[in-house]
Amino acid sequence: MDVVVGILAIVGGALVLLAGVGVLRFEDLYSRMHAATKAPTLGALLIGLAGVIALDSGRPKLALAVVIIFVTAPVASHMVGRAAYRAEGIDVRLEAGDALADLVDGGDADPGGPP
Amino acid sequence: MIAVAMVLVGLGSACFLLRAVLGPSLADRVVAVDGFIVTIVSLIVLNAARTETDWFLGVALVVSFVGFVGTLAGARFVERRGG
Repeated sequence: MDVVVGILAIVGGALVLLAGVGVLRFEDLYSRMHAATKAPTLGALLIGLAGVIALDSGRPKLALAVVIIFVTAPVASHMVGRAAYRAEGIDVRLEAGDALADLVDGGDADPGGPP
Repeated sequence: MIAVAMVLVGLGSACFLLRAVLGPSLADRVVAVDGFIVTIVSLIVLNAARTETDWFLGVALVVSFVGFVGTLAGARFVERRGG
């Protein structure tokens, strides 16, 4: 069991480290959010799994903490992304086209599929 | 092996903290602090697994809640004040 716990913990730690490197090295805000939202969530889930296997007591508290991270990370990321889109003066790069601009500015623009 | 994982998470935590210090806009700092709080919870859980004690896990629970609420407050602040 110690081997399973160690492997889960190291994989989770490596994911968190990769997320940190991505947040440090990526160029603009949305790329950093891409790195900072998904990988640490999976890393925290794996580390919580390792803790649940390793510990004899206190499992509900640990599982609840990890589930809170797992549920609230998409919500927080969505809020930050929307705020960064609406706020002025943040350097975001939208090379692939800004599909949201028509809906935000136009109001009655065609919300259909991609052109 | 859990100590190795703690070192990895600590290095990632330092990266998040450096981005929170450097980050050109306020939204970058909010994102970095959100990730930093996830690393703090991970370190608490790993330390509990390493020492096989459970009395510190309530801190992980509270910190994850506070991190979520703090990120939401930061996002609202960015939205009103601008980057």
